[in-house]
Amino acid sequence: MEDLSYSAILIRILIQLVPVWIALAVTFAVSIGFKRRLGLYGKLFDSPVGMIGFGMVMFWVFTALLADMVVTFDPYAPFSGMKNVPLGTVLVGASEGDYSHFLLGGDNLARDVFSRMVMGARSVLSIAPAATAFAFMVGITLGVPAGYFGGRFDTGLSFVANLVLAFPVILLFYLLVTPEIVDHRILFFSAFLSDAAELACKAEDSVTADTFACFGLSIPTMLAAVLFIFPIIFISILLNARFFTNPMKRNLYVGIVLVIGLWAYSGLAFNMDPLGVWSMEPNLLNVFVSVVFVNAPTVFRIVRGIVMDLKARDYVAAGQTRGEGPWYIMLWEILPNARGPLIVDFCLRIGYTTILLGTLGFFGLGVAPDSPDWGSTIDEGRKTLNMFPHAAVVPALALMSLVLGLNLLADGLREESLRD
Amino acid sequence: MLIFVARRLGLMLLSALVLTFVVFYLTNLPPNLEKLARSEGSVRMTDEAVAQWIIDNGYGGSVIGRYGQWLGVVPGWSNVDEKGVPRGRCFAAGSDPALAPSYCGILQGDWGYSTYFRGPVLPNLGEKLGATGVLMLWVMIVMIPTSLLIGILAGMREGSRTDRVLSTFSIATTATPEYVSGVVLVALLASPVTGLSPLLSEWGVIDGKILFQGAASPDRITFWSFTLPVLTIALYGIGYIARMTRASMTEVMTAQYIRTARLKGVGFRQVVLRHALRNALIAPFTVIMLQFPWLLNGVVIVETLFNYKGFGWTLVVAAGNNDINLLLGCSVVAVFVVLVTQLISDIGYVFLNPRIRLS
Repeated sequence: MEDLSYSAILIRILIQLVPVWIALAVTFAVSIGFKRRLGLYGKLFDSPVGMIGFGMVMFWVFTALLADMVVTFDPYAPFSGMKNVPLGTVLVGASEGDYSHFLLGGDNLARDVFSRMVMGARSVLSIAPAATAFAFMVGITLGVPAGYFGGRFDTGLSFVANLVLAFPVILLFYLLVTPEIVDHRILFFSAFLSDAAELACKAEDSVTADTFACFGLSIPTMLAAVLFIFPIIFISILLNARFFTNPMKRNLYVGIVLVIGLWAYSGLAFNMDPLGVWSMEPNLLNVFVSVVFVNAPTVFRIVRGIVMDLKARDYVAAGQTRGEGPWYIMLWEILPNARGPLIVDFCLRIGYTTILLGTLGFFGLGVAPDSPDWGSTIDEGRKTLNMFPHAAVVPALALMSLVLGLNLLADGLREESLRD
Repeated sequence: MLIFVARRLGLMLLSALVLTFVVFYLTNLPPNLEKLARSEGSVRMTDEAVAQWIIDNGYGGSVIGRYGQWLGVVPGWSNVDEKGVPRGRCFAAGSDPALAPSYCGILQGDWGYSTYFRGPVLPNLGEKLGATGVLMLWVMIVMIPTSLLIGILAGMREGSRTDRVLSTFSIATTATPEYVSGVVLVALLASPVTGLSPLLSEWGVIDGKILFQGAASPDRITFWSFTLPVLTIALYGIGYIARMTRASMTEVMTAQYIRTARLKGVGFRQVVLRHALRNALIAPFTVIMLQFPWLLNGVVIVETLFNYKGFGWTLVVAAGNNDINLLLGCSVVAVFVVLVTQLISDIGYVFLNPRIRLS
């Protein structure tokens, strides 16, 4: 066997991605078939720009979901003799059942660049949309009342939001995403403790001291404790405002949300889920929380602006005259009318979050050093950029195409939502 | 107007205080201090020795007190270590404390000692800032005219072919963060094995192995070494500013007075240049000013990628080497830049747009 030409590489990659093509084709066929019944999502298929963007985004989504079928090698495993090999090199000493070539070459540690890129999609897409969703929950829960009520509440929150926005993002990341900060617990009751007791509390293995007095949290956990509570608050208020006239139903719905929400909350924020279903690596939590923290103030400002604009509308005055409560008006009358710009911004913001995650990886502050996420692989690849550019260029192009797809999708959505 | 500026200044001062305190708190966390003690003292220090080192070097006591000392509103610490040598914030170990000033913080111009540069922070930081200033100057020279031109050309006739091509280009550049465009540009133009360089050197168009250089230095600023870093930072900003300019231009072009001018028989070129441009450029001005904080990000990435020893490189080095004073200095500069550009953009907006009146 011999090394592959560029066209052969392209064909082999296309073949390797067959599951993704099938999934994409099915999605498009079904969506276009039923587009008149699918609301804003259906209208997306009237705009070519939106369709291209949607296709690019869904390509990466399906790649991430079907990554196990697409990869040619274990993305973490080094193969001897394959260090920095160029595109389409034959695998030296391939055993039975192995794929025959390194399609996009090998990296600095002799791992398959193609497989790492595919797995990187999974790593990026499992964080970015979730982090954006959390940022939106925080921004909406705070921004809607700030815009509606105004006054001191608004002034105070806007000041804090501007403070966070005035922080250079990279500096914030360097300060927040460090191993030291994860390990360092801030004791809440240190004022009441003697020096010796404080030292004993700080020592990891000490159970001798009074555990309650030793209660302390690391800074990322504290941030998580604050930021992760917002989705629960938001959904509870949302349901309560809708169903408070029917206490039976209200109690059932809000109760379900509280039970599931607080269960997830205990696991995600504090890693103390009694059943062990919800948990997050401390490092991942730190990255996640930092990204949410950076994004939330911008969402807050956008939501606040939209609500300030919408609250002067007639239907709000009509609701007030009918005697509807402020939360019902905010969440069930104003918010649905603000959904157009918010959906558009959500798409844009996932792209921005992807860029932020890449930045974190680029500075070596990512989730784990050998993680295949695109930022970290670009960081690793740039060390050999001059002689073996493929290790950095491949994930760079992948990241760019995902963000471009999200931007085009947002553009298409904006066009279509403005039309009605 | 004066009250508006005064209020903005007061708010800015408060923001600066809060932000620097946050940075101070985060850089002075006990684990960082312990790391500092071990790197400055010796790696094999016992835990007790580390604790003693921290107290001897003035890192004990409350965070707020130390923040005050660093700021220069609380008298600097001084004590005598176990060998009987007087030590303090405001004087070198062993010299007479009575001769030293009692306040020495950044307000007095003492930004502390950098453990990485083995010297005072301020002159080192100033030098690096100068280097970044040169880079930024070129970025501005490339970025602003290009982006305004693209935005105006695209917004002049909404929906035309020029508009669609230029808008797609703008979207593509906003989707390309600096670390992506930098890597791609280096691979295309500055690598001896891929992209254009091997072709060109085979044809004998260029003497060396590579077309552009993949590294830049403030001491030797040449076209060949500066093009790629400048282009990398500028590209990301170009798309954004161009889109804002386009939006503002299309809005102006549909305004009544433009139609009036057209109906009066003024040529299209005259309408664009004399009537539309001035009003269309108000919004981009704000965007350009608010772009500075983003450029700061770009600078850090590009200086790391191209190993250009400027402000961004210093920030990365300071954070990587746990150089607390240097990192604090960098953040003061960064926060200052962000807040001042916000202020300028607000005030400038009011000046440029006579329709906005301050209450």
